Amino acid sequence: MKRVKPANIRARLYVVAMMLALTSSALVVRAVDLQVVRKDFYQEQGDQRFLRDIPIAVSRGTIFDRNGEPLAVSTPVDSIWANPIDVLGAADRLPELAKALGLDEDDLKQKLVQRSDKEFVYLKRHLNPDDAKAILKLEIPGVASEREFRRYYPSGEVMAHVLGFTNIDDRGQEGLELAFDDWLAGKPGMKRVIRDLHGQVVENVELLREAQPGRDLTLSIDRRIQYLAYRELLAALQEHHATSGSMVILDAPTGEVLAMVNAPSFNPNSRNGADPSFRRNRAVTDVVEPGSTIKAFTISAALESGKWKPHSPIDTTPGTLTLADGRVIRDVHNKGMLDVTGVITHSSNVGAAKIGLTLTRDHMYDVDHRFGFGEVSGSGFPGESPGLLPIAKMWGPVEQATIAYGYGLNVTPLQLVNAYTAIANDGRLRSPTFVKGAQNPDTAVIDPEIAANIKRMLETVVTPEGSGLKAAITNYRVAGKTGTSRAASGGGYDNRHISLFVGMVPASKPRLVGVVVIHDPQGAYYGGLVSAPVFSKVMDGALRLLDVPPDNVKNWYTGSPQGGPTIDAKMPVSDDNVEMSNYAEGVPP
Amino acid sequence: MSLRVVAAMVILLGAVIASAIGVVYSIQESRELFVELTRLNTERDEFNFEFGRLQLEQATWAENNRIEQIARGRLGLVSPNPADTVVVRR
Repeated sequence: MKRVKPANIRARLYVVAMMLALTSSALVVRAVDLQVVRKDFYQEQGDQRFLRDIPIAVSRGTIFDRNGEPLAVSTPVDSIWANPIDVLGAADRLPELAKALGLDEDDLKQKLVQRSDKEFVYLKRHLNPDDAKAILKLEIPGVASEREFRRYYPSGEVMAHVLGFTNIDDRGQEGLELAFDDWLAGKPGMKRVIRDLHGQVVENVELLREAQPGRDLTLSIDRRIQYLAYRELLAALQEHHATSGSMVILDAPTGEVLAMVNAPSFNPNSRNGADPSFRRNRAVTDVVEPGSTIKAFTISAALESGKWKPHSPIDTTPGTLTLADGRVIRDVHNKGMLDVTGVITHSSNVGAAKIGLTLTRDHMYDVDHRFGFGEVSGSGFPGESPGLLPIAKMWGPVEQATIAYGYGLNVTPLQLVNAYTAIANDGRLRSPTFVKGAQNPDTAVIDPEIAANIKRMLETVVTPEGSGLKAAITNYRVAGKTGTSRAASGGGYDNRHISLFVGMVPASKPRLVGVVVIHDPQGAYYGGLVSAPVFSKVMDGALRLLDVPPDNVKNWYTGSPQGGPTIDAKMPVSDDNVEMSNYAEGVPP
Repeated sequence: MSLRVVAAMVILLGAVIASAIGVVYSIQESRELFVELTRLNTERDEFNFEFGRLQLEQATWAENNRIEQIARGRLGLVSPNPADTVVVRR
């Protein structure tokens, strides 16, 4: 066979070369297209297949009491969620899922259909991790779980008002949970990771946002005293068929809140059911007219003016005083000639009003204002009320006389106890605090000499002659003041009463200052009969718990069963004394 | 190309391959360690949660109301009467 030499071999070679060149340039173009022009798109698609941004969950900080007992703890729970489309796609498994969740099948289906335009719907939140695992084990398509945290309050209703509570997303809603929300909550982080084909994270690529775990908080509250106060307050409300009450105890030297209770209370562990009015921390949000408890400050102003000395005489005959507008101030009994101390001891309204009228209104306003009335106490508690102290310009002689014995101004129980703490601390006022060791700076509001005089006068209240004998604590000296006021409503006063007692122990060197406010007691309503016994019982326990040395023991090394002739709330009271302890402290006619 | 250049190329090639294998090995190792680290972190978190739960349980058992009921009811304890109290000053 003759080999035929192709006629145009060059042309053929040329064609082949051209084809190769075209192909390779096509490849280059494609490569450039992929690597350069559409790089972002493909990079993203590639990353999506193995890079994941996953959140770093943080739990809310724990709240402890001053002795390290947990008061609010977050524990992990699992929430079951679903992608509605996927679940509805496997509709035959719906009954199984509904049963596992403990939900009605029709309700579940309706919920899923309603939200089928979404990709995420919670089926059940806050399940015990073991229960959640059981549901996930069914391997129903589109069902998954998410880790969340739920807050538990082991002390329940005893601490409810102070702590407040969180919502289902673990954010503070009320109380200290709200006040310290940023501190407690922390910030969830975010990290980018590489996952292998089993879904396991094999590498941290970068930390997108650093996780900041919630910080713990140690409160100044003592759980034991808190419980004691709650128990006694509740018992007193039942005994006197009263509607509500509050008690606050401050640590005198530091201004730390050791206990703050309100009744009725609610269970912070359950989110439904509680009457919203039960959730108010009445001790800081509600105001009362202080009644006779204000007399300590009226007398402070009187001593400061220099016009009065503790034993200056004052005539309260005939036990009534007619004001300029025709209103009559009454004492329950005509006490005749008293001295300034006696006005406090016997809680004479006429005496306090007469003394008040000798002072200038600016001076009286100034003293009340210096003791913190009309201003928020600075405790930082959310929703704290500033109370109401009318400015001096608004005071006529009638107002001046009524304010002198505790009407026409409003205070919160916290303000009242804080003002008495200033007397306990030699006239230095300090904002109270809820955090252990976070002592606020103090300022001098009255001369230490005057504070000491007032303290001595307040001690005479808790004697058989005074109105507050039932506040007495065996082996301790108690200084305090009873108060009774009428509940204001609709611009007038109705027949409901507020019983108050505020006092400090041990009187020689006050460690604890406390206030008891009881609303609407039935039957006996005087502060000395309703609130003073609560003060005595709670403080007796608190002094023992805190190991405060007694300052009124007659027989130190006593081996005899009787500790000596100390003042005791359980002392037999003569008829005359009953009459005296029935004193109306500042109840307007 | 002289023999020396060829030898150098071979050595470099060997070094490149060795270092490539080394990189692969160390990445693999780091991933294994990372998985271990993640597991240990999770374990630590679980222990922390467990601790929280136990604290909660302890606080619930030690609730003052419960203690008081047991002390007064079942054990018949009473708080000491002031008359029975002796104060010793040191």
